Parts: sequence; C-alpha cells; structure tokens
Amino acid sequence: MKIKFKALLPAVGFIILTGLNVHGQSAPPPGRPPGPRIDPITEHDSVRSIAPFFTPATAAKKTPNAEGFIQRWLLLEPINKSIRSNIVFTDDYLKKEFETDYFPNQFTVIPKDGEKVKVGEQELAWHALESPTFNMKLFRFAYGLKKQTYAVLFWAITIVNSPLEMKNVRLAVGSNGGSMWWVNGKEAVILDGDRRMVMDDCVSTRLTLNKGKNIIRGAVINGPGLSDFCVRLLDEKGEPIKDLTISLQ
Amino acid sequence: MKLIIKVLGTIAFFSLWSIGIVIAQVGKPFIHDPSTIAESDGKYYTFGTGGGGLISEDGWTWNSGAVRPGGGAAPDILKISDRYLVVYGATGGGLAGGHNGKILTMWNKTLDPKSPDFKYSEAVVVASSDGIEDNDSIDPSLLLDPTDGKLWLTYGTYFGYIRLVELDPKTGKRMEGNKALNIAIDCEASDLIYRDGWYYLLGTHGTCCDGPNSTYNIVVGRSRKVTGPYVDNIGREMLKGGGKLVVAAGDRLIGPGHFGRTVLGDGVEKMSCHYEADLDQGGRSVLGIRPLLWKNGWPVAGDNLKEGTYEIESERRGYALQIDVDFTRMAGVARGFNRNNDEPVKPVPSQELTDVVKTWPTGNIGLTIGDYMFRPHQKWTITPVAGAGYLGGPYYKIVIAGTDRALSATADGELITVPTFTGAAEQLWRIDQSTDGTYRIMPKVVPNSKEQLALVSSGDSTPTLARYDMNSDNSKWNFRVH
Repeated sequence: MKIKFKALLPAVGFIILTGLNVHGQSAPPPGRPPGPRIDPITEHDSVRSIAPFFTPATAAKKTPNAEGFIQRWLLLEPINKSIRSNIVFTDDYLKKEFETDYFPNQFTVIPKDGEKVKVGEQELAWHALESPTFNMKLFRFAYGLKKQTYAVLFWAITIVNSPLEMKNVRLAVGSNGGSMWWVNGKEAVILDGDRRMVMDDCVSTRLTLNKGKNIIRGAVINGPGLSDFCVRLLDEKGEPIKDLTISLQ
Repeated sequence: MKLIIKVLGTIAFFSLWSIGIVIAQVGKPFIHDPSTIAESDGKYYTFGTGGGGLISEDGWTWNSGAVRPGGGAAPDILKISDRYLVVYGATGGGLAGGHNGKILTMWNKTLDPKSPDFKYSEAVVVASSDGIEDNDSIDPSLLLDPTDGKLWLTYGTYFGYIRLVELDPKTGKRMEGNKALNIAIDCEASDLIYRDGWYYLLGTHGTCCDGPNSTYNIVVGRSRKVTGPYVDNIGREMLKGGGKLVVAAGDRLIGPGHFGRTVLGDGVEKMSCHYEADLDQGGRSVLGIRPLLWKNGWPVAGDNLKEGTYEIESERRGYALQIDVDFTRMAGVARGFNRNNDEPVKPVPSQELTDVVKTWPTGNIGLTIGDYMFRPHQKWTITPVAGAGYLGGPYYKIVIAGTDRALSATADGELITVPTFTGAAEQLWRIDQSTDGTYRIMPKVVPNSKEQLALVSSGDSTPTLARYDMNSDNSKWNFRVH
C-alpha cells in the first residue's frame, strides 16, 4: 500500500506549473527593482501634500496619546536607496546600513524644522511634524513631498521629557520595514526582516528614562513596502507610559 | 549477531521514515490563492489566481478543470440560495506602484462546466482603488451574514487598509450609498466568517510568492459587529496590526495563505488555504485542507492525522480500543515495592507482540474498550490508503501494530477485526478532527446499509457503531502516542 501511494508523489512532481499566473503580491519576483519604475497614475498626481497624514508640529504641550503612542517627530526626507526586496534585512544588513555616515553627527544632532543636510547628491530637509493617528506614515510623508517612496531610508528623532527617573521601561516599536532605535544614544531595539508595522511588535530590554530629556532616535529602511512606524513606552507592567511630554528641542 | 543488527537497523530506518509523513491532497492540487471551497452538483470546486481552478469528486483528489473567466487573482465563491456568486480581483496587487485595482462579481447557476446551466453573468465592478488612496483593491472575500441576511465583501492588501463594503445579496452589486470602511492593516487575502455571535476577520500576514522562504501565515481578530473593531486575543486592533495566529508553516508545508472555511456539520469544520511551498511536492504551491478547531472562541488549524501507531482513546471514560483477547501478564518482573533499592536499577522491556500473539485467535476477533497499558492488543497502526478520500483526508486502514489484523465494520452495525486487511470498504476509515480537538471515526461503509455511522462507546467497555452525536463524549476519540 505504502509503495503505491508514494509512487504518486514523484509522478506528480513531473508536472510543470504552467498557466497559473502567480502575481507577486507582497514580494517582488527577482529582477524587478522598484524606485525608477514609472507608475502612470502617481506620475500624474501632481497636487500632493502630506496632509491629512501630518500637520506641522507646534510648540503646544503634547503628551503621548491615549494608548501611549508618540505622535510628534522630526523626520528627515528619505535617503534614496536601491533595494529590490526586503528579504535582505538581516540584523547584519541593518547594522551596516544604519552605521553608515550619511550626514554629519547623525547620531547626536537635534535639528530644527527646515534644516537641511546633504546626503550624496541629495539635499534633504528635516520636518517637525505631528500625526493625528498612532503611527507615522513615512510612505505618505515621502509621497506628499514628491520624494522617492520605495527603496528609502528615513531618520526620525523625538524628545521624551519625563517628570522623574523611571526604571524598567521598555521601548515598544512596530515598523514597516526594517528599523533600529536608540534611546539616549544607546541601541534599544532592532526590527529585522520583511516586517509590517504591528504595534508592540519588538520591545527593548529594560531601560531607564532620565528625569528630564530623553532622546529617541530611529532609522527605518524599506524596499517595496509601505514605510511606517509606531512607538510607545511601556512600564514594567507592560502598560503604556503617558505621564510624559514630547518635544523636538 | 551482525546480521540481526543490520536487519533491525534497516527495519528501524524504514519505520522512522514511514512514521510522521503528513498526507496532503492528491491528484494535481496545484493552485495559488484558492477561493473558499464550494460544492456544486455533487463535486467540490475551488478557483484560483489566473483563472480556472480545481475540481474534486471526493474532496481528496483534486485536478484542474474548474472554469472562471476574467483572469485576475484570488477569487472567492459564495452560494446564495440556488446560485453561486463568484468574486475576484482584476489585478494581482501592485508592488512599488500600480495600486489601482478593481473587484468584480458575477453569478452562475452551477460551477460544473459540463452542465447545460453553466453560464456566467456579466461581471460588475463592486469596489476599486484609484492607485493613490490607502487601499489596493484585490483579494476579495464574501460573507452572507446569517443573522440578518446582509452580504459583505472584504478586500485589500498590504498597501493601506483592508476594507469592508456591503453588497446586495439579490444582485451581487454594491449597495447604493454604501461607503467603504477600513477594518485592518498589514494583511491580504482577508476572509470574513461568523460563529456564535462573533464576526471573525482572517487575514494573511507575511510574504507570499517566495517559495520555501515565504513567511505567509494566517491570523485572526474578532468583533461583535461586522463593522468592527476587530481585535485579537490581547485586545489589539487589527487596524494596528493585531491578530492571533491560526496557522503557519509546519510539517514540510510552508506559507499557508488565503483562508477559507467549510462547515460540514456535526461539529466538523475544515479550513482551506494554499501552501506557498509543499516540500514533498517539489516546493509547489498546493491546495491545503485541514481541520478547523475552535478553542475558547478562537479558530485554530488542526493537523491532519499522521500515519503512526496510536492508542485509540475513548473520550467517554478514557479507556483504550482493543481486541478482545485474554490479557497476558508480564512475567518475571518483581512487584514494584519492598525491593532492595540498592540493587542496580535497570529498564524492563515492554511487552512485545511476539510475547502474546500466539495466544490470540487466528480468525476474526471482536473489540472491547479497556484500561490502557500499552499492550500489543491495544496499539493500532493507522496508515492512509491510496485511492478515494473525503474532504481533507484519505481513508485509513487501522490494524493492530505489527500485524495485518484490520478494524472492520459489520453488517449489523458492530465492529470486528479481520486477520488480514483486504481493502474492502468496511475496512476503510474516515477520520475527521472535530472542532473541539477530538476525533470522529467513521467506516467508509457499513455493509448492506446506507446509514452513516461512527465509532461510539455504548458502554465504558463496549464499542459499537452508531449515529455520531457531537454533544456526547461517547462519540469522541483521541489518538495518543504513549
């Protein structure tokens, strides 16, 4: 019985898969680089804006939202890359990408809104922004500014002001695609692989928030994906920390 | 001595090789993005990306032959009263651009291309995306709400949101004035189902189309209202990427995606999907059908029964199915207590078949259910039999381990074991995992009867064949390896 049954499998193995039109719904078939490809519809979408996905940041007091998400960030216009597929986003790849010096003082700078940096041939501006939702839709940021939307690297900075020192805090991040996050200059969490943005996807080890300013810096890299991130801080019980103010200076 | 070792080694090698091999659908079950399985004119159908699809007479052997015009991708099928509504996406989804999609519906009285009634109505667009908005209209799925008769469509992929719109169940067209509602992110191949006061939104996460490196997996969130919010087991919204796992890779099957549910009744449900790569079938994309279990209000994929040697444990009292032979005591082993504990402690071999088989009758032997003591008369080797099957599984032969003595149904609705398996229909067993994780075991045929009977404990120690009752532990069994 066993022999007869198993003879079916090699027979089946000889069948050639023709006529099935398999579309790459989320991973490109090899040899299809994004970026320079012309999309006729978006090519003609000339009236663009980053609204309603972003509004300019104000100086008004801002706390994390009801679920603890941080909605006020400095975002750098995307650095153009050439990335065919997100399957390359191993830890090693990400570390190499993010530890490259793209612009001076990239791990310490706190820029002002509108400040420019030169990255290779590109002149990129920092934007001080707020999002009305829990997440920062980087794709819409790039699209609204008529920048490259796929195969891109974004830098993000925010400052979390804490009324007292808090121990055993965790940075909880979701991002599309790979990303790395630093708190007060130290690496806190890395999100590798071809990820989509899921809240509380990856979480740092226990950190201490200083009384006063704490700088959170992030880098997000993506190939053919819908770039996005969401960040919040969790206390030792796993509850979102909301007794903070968010500023950009 | 060496020869014995070689022979034993070879037997051991083949035993290891044969145990644990998972059974997949047979025939040519090659498909991508299959629709929910539908029954039409006594056969099963599923449509796939590109057009066409698979047909099966019994639900086990699948071959190409289903017909669906329109091309495009990821169709779904829903039977509404006496006809079928078929929905599909005109595109396969954009990557790095090209997110303008269209979802279309069309009707047919039958899915059988050979039927004189086989004729699709003209396809109409029911949802679309303009290439810029936060949605890419692909991967549609249909739900007819059993509580109020409304017809819902979900669609979308990783670019932006999964959306929900309402259709008219009489026409298959979009309801006038209905606006699309965002209900999830981070997934595609969504599927909406209803059970016991909850709406469940299934979505496929991860990467498709990357062969054995596809990370495709299926997750679920639920809501009391069809409009959401859909929330997972830790209270996280699917609009924020939440979802509880239903099925992922395992057993040499990689990348399950495109969930569909088939309710067979009597507490038995199946889920269908494709696997991006079945390593046993050249890494091809194949149709997958598995049991669907419900645990604490959450759906989770069960496993198809692997061939192996098992105790068949009654859920009634927990006794084991066994052949009705005299119990043979294990001899030469001291009682367990009042021994000199300073003596070396050495393992004692279990009772072997050779120790007892000569004491058994050689003709037919009846069955009882009794205390499990991992004795030879209580261990059953279950293997699939090539040929016919049913939705999601092959027929199995069930023999006493190490012998060819096979479990068989009798004409008077009782059980017997025959000394040699002949492949007769009453010696073939259908094994379905129920939604609660236990199993229903049914003979393919009860001789001279049209009744559908199942293995049932009519007494703690007495098995019989009787009507399956999903609400009674008497009807339920577990397969245990111990």
